[in-house]
Amino acid sequence: MKVLSSRRILARPEPWVFAAIVALSLLVQARSGQFFTGNNLVDLARALVVPALFSVGCMLVIVSGGIDVSFTAIASLAMYVTDKVVLPEDYAGSVLLAYAISAGLGLLMGALNGVLVAFLRLPTLIVTLGTASLYTGLMFGAFAASASGVPPAIADHGKQILFTAVNNGNGLTSTMPVHVLILIGILFLVFLLLRYTMLGRGIYAIGGDEAAAERAGFNVRAIKMFLYCLVGALAGVTGIVRISMIDYADPSSMLGMELTVIAAVVLGGTRVTGGMGTLTGTILGVALMTILENSLILLGIPTYWSRAFTGAIIIIGTGVTARQTGLTRRRDRTLPTPAKGARA
Amino acid sequence: MTITDAPVVRQARGSRDPNLVRLLVMLVFVFVLMTILRPGQFATLADFNSMMRQFPEYGIMAVGMSLTMITGGIDLGVVGTANLSAIMAATFLIGTVPVGAAPAQVVPYLVVAVLLALATGLVCGAIAGTLISRFNIPAILATLGTQQLFTGIGIGITSGRPQSHLPLLYSKIGNTEFLHFFPLSFILFVVIALAVGFMLSRTRFGAYVYMIGTNAKAARYAGLNNASIILRTYMISGLLASVAGLIMMARANSAKADYGAPYTLQCVLIAVLGGIDPNGGFGKIQGVTLAILILQFLSSGLNMFNSVSNFYRDVIWGGVLILVLVFNYFFSRRAGRRAVSKAS
Amino acid sequence: MSDSVLKVEGIAKAFGGVQALKGVSLEIGKGEIHCLAGENGSGKSTLIKVISGVHPPDAGIIEIEGRRFSRLAPMEAIALGVQVIYQDFSIFPNLSVMENLALNMEVMDHRVLVNYRRARSIAAHAVSQIGFDIDLDERVENLSVADRQLIAVCRALLQESKLIIMDEPTSALTKREVKALFAVIKGLQSRGISVLFVSHKLDEVFEISERFTIFRNGENVASGSTRDLDRRTFALHMTGREFADESYRPAAAPGAPALSVRNLTLRGAYADISFDLAPREILGITGLLGSGRTELVETIFGIAQPDSGSIEIGGKPAHLHSVKDAVRAGIGYVPSDRLTEGLFLPQAIERNIVVAVLERLSGWFGVLRRKAVTETTERWIADLAIATRDASLPVRTLSGGNQQKVVLARWLANDLKVLILNGPTMGVDIGSKYDIHALIRRLAAGGLAVIIVSDDLPEILACASRIVVMQNGAFVRELDPASTTESKLGELSTGVA
Repeated sequence: MKVLSSRRILARPEPWVFAAIVALSLLVQARSGQFFTGNNLVDLARALVVPALFSVGCMLVIVSGGIDVSFTAIASLAMYVTDKVVLPEDYAGSVLLAYAISAGLGLLMGALNGVLVAFLRLPTLIVTLGTASLYTGLMFGAFAASASGVPPAIADHGKQILFTAVNNGNGLTSTMPVHVLILIGILFLVFLLLRYTMLGRGIYAIGGDEAAAERAGFNVRAIKMFLYCLVGALAGVTGIVRISMIDYADPSSMLGMELTVIAAVVLGGTRVTGGMGTLTGTILGVALMTILENSLILLGIPTYWSRAFTGAIIIIGTGVTARQTGLTRRRDRTLPTPAKGARA
Repeated sequence: MTITDAPVVRQARGSRDPNLVRLLVMLVFVFVLMTILRPGQFATLADFNSMMRQFPEYGIMAVGMSLTMITGGIDLGVVGTANLSAIMAATFLIGTVPVGAAPAQVVPYLVVAVLLALATGLVCGAIAGTLISRFNIPAILATLGTQQLFTGIGIGITSGRPQSHLPLLYSKIGNTEFLHFFPLSFILFVVIALAVGFMLSRTRFGAYVYMIGTNAKAARYAGLNNASIILRTYMISGLLASVAGLIMMARANSAKADYGAPYTLQCVLIAVLGGIDPNGGFGKIQGVTLAILILQFLSSGLNMFNSVSNFYRDVIWGGVLILVLVFNYFFSRRAGRRAVSKAS
Repeated sequence: MSDSVLKVEGIAKAFGGVQALKGVSLEIGKGEIHCLAGENGSGKSTLIKVISGVHPPDAGIIEIEGRRFSRLAPMEAIALGVQVIYQDFSIFPNLSVMENLALNMEVMDHRVLVNYRRARSIAAHAVSQIGFDIDLDERVENLSVADRQLIAVCRALLQESKLIIMDEPTSALTKREVKALFAVIKGLQSRGISVLFVSHKLDEVFEISERFTIFRNGENVASGSTRDLDRRTFALHMTGREFADESYRPAAAPGAPALSVRNLTLRGAYADISFDLAPREILGITGLLGSGRTELVETIFGIAQPDSGSIEIGGKPAHLHSVKDAVRAGIGYVPSDRLTEGLFLPQAIERNIVVAVLERLSGWFGVLRRKAVTETTERWIADLAIATRDASLPVRTLSGGNQQKVVLARWLANDLKVLILNGPTMGVDIGSKYDIHALIRRLAAGGLAVIIVSDDLPEILACASRIVVMQNGAFVRELDPASTTESKLGELSTGVA
């Protein structure tokens, strides 16, 4: 039986993030009376879907010890090529095809990251900065991408809803999009992957000590390759989710989101150094960021100040997380081997 | 058999200078290529003049960012700092300079505005530096946060609108050219590059910066004041960013919160291309300068191909970055193989 | 059919022109504890890698329980029952004890899915083999080094091991933990498992192993029963040099003590420490890790701040709020882990030497005076006999002993009054060890006041003019090295006497 001491619980970051969410929700409710309304909550859920989907892949990469900033570029390019190049403008068939194509393209793009990181062992931040630039450039350059509408198949898919929530106070209604199910499904699958497959444990092992993972017999290169391909495929899926939800294909709409996603992942307790991170924490982190970004109006903060606000929260949040991971790690007697100071 | 008797890897002196040689070769290659492809356009005085007006803005920021990278961190907030500094100066000028004032009367206002911008840069850098050195927030996250924060404050102050209607004298002075050829911004870049390069290679502070980037713990044990040195590094970066902001303001004759958004990535590319080791402890400003020139040549050269969209530049830069990383990887592998392997 | 579990004959191995092993042999019997000793560069680590299949030998035979091979693959070696526990344990700090124990097996069995119940039973079985009581769900990063090592041992036992090879297993352990580890090793022996123990510490060779083999420069120089070995012969075999027993009896120094500590207290580390240290004295502080000795000297060096008490340097009160203050006051500190705490490995030797005195070597605006830097560097390289041809080479190209000299040079370049050394010869060859001891004695005789914190009892006896045993944050005994023996000192420092 796993021992759940209170010390252990408090040492984990998830409860704190949850507490922050609760506190924030209460604050917003107090200021506006509009937070805990059906339609607001549904709106929040809707706003959460895309960042949450991104955060899953982002978290996986960070856990393995890297940092990926190219997933929004992959999502955008994959989405764009699928939407504008592959599918005809009046495509009305199954939307699953769109998902499949976009995922496939995303996988290929992720594979490039994978090759560079896994086989050539290049630093992930720089590599993904490069590939992000490459993909964005291709999108705007080679494909001369511009905003436009979406084919009927995707648009209809975007209109699929689970239910409608009505705000009795002001009569506003919000629809819960079916994409939430996609998010839940992916979360579930990734959860199974991480917890019950050797592949998943391998990702954590690599993030903990890559050399030890290699010696233990993990096929580190294959695992990393799989990881980046998966992240790419997820990004491709997210791209289609995005354009179907907003019923508009704007190639630049997702770009720039990567910073907030990374911040959300870190806020949720994933360690930048690798090896530690949970889906729960990540989703909580995304929830916190989403609530923040969307509740500023309810808090009476003019939209012009939202970005500054977000930035401040990122700073405060990562500061708190940084102190936490520093405090819970007991001071270690150094081992007599070349450590961080040595250059390989 | 002691290690010193056996053939030794000449890393400290060796591997960074070959890097400079490689960059020089690359520079010459690009130059020749562009001259051949676009005779009469490239390598003309007019073209040089145009290039000299373009690269100082991001070049100066790249120098600042390189400095922070040598300490093992990174300043991703340079663009936000630059814009915020410019906005402070612009807001001041717009708010105080009487309309129709004579140039002589305007000058003191200009001086104050410039000082205001520089002070903003210092403060922004100090904030980033404190977060990193005092609160132990990883540099990537802290400066992602400050980027958002400073840009956000800029948006808030300006409500997202560009600040134009600056006194004409500002852009007149800002765009002056010495000897009818060398823009003021170019002179500034040269002075800054020389100063920072000198500081890194010949002063105590520079030595400390390299040591901290190599092994922060040993630096502390050697009596270095890590927090103070890191703080000063980021303050310098902030100061340089504010200079860049002022240059951008002169060129565009206005200040806006989101100018130069692609510059962040560009500066990282330049730093890495120029030989700055993202892990810290290595890199020279000479390399960074060469990298700036290479990218500027590429950029200007590409502009001359009318059929080629500007966005291809991103493709090329992303591609170049990856190629450089790959090349560095294979190159250092060969050098490493000549080394004595651990024989005991 | 031989009775040995492992026998290697004529193993030769070269790396890029450097002959690491020149044809060595080794034999380990069933259930035998064997020590393989040698300096850095002797080839012992290479032989381990050959035996475990990491490197194929250029020549020679490996015989495991009678089966002969000219080369092995790592998986083969493990399947044959040969396991290596490396110095860094190859452990995942971010995972639980259970996962650390079970993962290797799961990977080797080519499992795709994780079954936690199976993993837990594997883990429980593993720790029961040596009676190790540990919380299986604890994250390894929260455990001590000794616990991690035992986890590595347990993990090795999961495969049917016939021979367990431990590479310098005691480098980071306290005396008590070493005793615990030795008990575990004896337990392995009683189950018929042989242990090959790689070490350069003589006391351990004596205490735990029955037979030994010594390598030097890639060749066998001696092997036999440890009963027939003594310290001098051991040192002779290891280095090829004769060493006399050393000791230090300084002339008394007049004047104020170089360092005076009064009632120094740091809650949770040490309490009410008072002592004087005169120039030319070498104070040896020993005791278990955790006795507060590292915290004490780190306080004197300004890394930690005491809760109460005072420090005087040369008779004047010193307020050491930071390392910089301590350096200015003339205190130098050679830390116990030079690789992470003392050296900037990829930076030039020159840089490493002058880093603490740059203020003195710079002029206006902090510009460094090149000539002064070069002169300082050359002076200390010569004075301390640091073996290098070129001070611009990175310091990682030096051997352990020379690296330690670089750290020493760094402080000597300062206007030093008090020099503190924490474990000064950890991971240093015997030859360099003696050199460094001679160096320390020479520096002290020249007027420096020195504190040595060490676990290495012969080292303390060889250098100190005064010994203090520390336990639970207090000085419990003070001894004159002339009138004490190593065993007495050992008993005192482990708290047995």
